[in-house]
Amino acid sequence: MIVADRKKIHEIRDMVKEHHRVLLVGCGTCVTVCLAGGERETGILGSALRMALRLQGHGDVTVDECTIERQCEGAFIDLLAPRVSDYDAICSLGCGAGVQALAERFPKMPVYPGLNTQFMGILESQGVWTEKCSGCGNCRLGEFAGICPITRCAKRLFNGPCGGSQKGKCEVHPDLDCGWQLIYDRASNLRLLGRFERIVPPHDWSTGLDGGPRKVVREDQCIADLCSR
Amino acid sequence: MKDEPLILAFCCHYCAYAAADLAGSMRLQYPGNVRVLRLPCTGKLEVNFILAAFERGVDGVIVAGCLEGGCHFLEGNLRARRRVERTRELLAEIGLEPERLEMFNLSSAEGTRFAEIATTMVERVKSLGRSPFRPETKRIEQEIHEISRQAEEMLEGEKR
Repeated sequence: MIVADRKKIHEIRDMVKEHHRVLLVGCGTCVTVCLAGGERETGILGSALRMALRLQGHGDVTVDECTIERQCEGAFIDLLAPRVSDYDAICSLGCGAGVQALAERFPKMPVYPGLNTQFMGILESQGVWTEKCSGCGNCRLGEFAGICPITRCAKRLFNGPCGGSQKGKCEVHPDLDCGWQLIYDRASNLRLLGRFERIVPPHDWSTGLDGGPRKVVREDQCIADLCSR
Repeated sequence: MKDEPLILAFCCHYCAYAAADLAGSMRLQYPGNVRVLRLPCTGKLEVNFILAAFERGVDGVIVAGCLEGGCHFLEGNLRARRRVERTRELLAEIGLEPERLEMFNLSSAEGTRFAEIATTMVERVKSLGRSPFRPETKRIEQEIHEISRQAEEMLEGEKR
């Protein structure tokens, strides 16, 4: 799941205050589950933003809300299209992908982000989300007992912990588990420690974001231009 | 009533609502500026209920739930307190005084305390001044009537 949290009200207010009619668009998928940009949070932001704008002398700005099922899919964005023409700006409460999908679909409309997209993670407990995957494009969890050294180790080390690992905690923050301690403990339980006797070669980062935006294509599933082939 | 502050009290059915009722039965005097809205439990309270009240121009909001450890639904009042704290932070972000919102815990036998809470909040809100969102008094009375009607409808819907 993509995890995000809301931007500060003043930051959103300053982005939209020069417009006359602003549509807040929530997303019913990941950001609903992480309580950042679903229908309820969109309503809360709508109220808060209207009040913040009025207090700054921008009470003439109309702020309305709506939520679509998924902002990162054109079919759902199409349902929004008839409404958008009544507004002169959109503030998206989707993740960064949702904001950009709306911007692509509505080229003449300014689209602003209402959230800070944080990471891909899991629900640790009610109200707590933690990062688990960096999306490096070359998953090596199988080599590290199912715990990712890229995401869970602050230094992204591949060959054991650094000197800052103290009593199972990372030197970066005392609440942060040392990723390599987790890997060692789990590998030990699974009797897989032997695999750490060889040096792990450097990671191939060419599959990561460093190569520019990535694309996954499943040709057997593509239906565009099917008839012309 | 024109310049008097208007306060909305979200009251739990099992404690504060009964306490407000008791305050009436005891003929206790407290300011008439408080409008009581009954909730099945303060755990039912959502952040947007409070924001909707402030947006409509209410000057202050009381959330009144059971004593800690005494919630009919075990932890509804504890959850409500966290939501109230979060909403106070949000009010500060908006630029509105967080002191306009306060949560209290009391039992159904504390009619006197309900009257004290009402008096305290009215005094506090008077010192803060009118809400910058306050429309004319007649309109805000209509708004509160509308909020009450919607809340009753919601409760009726849940019963069905």
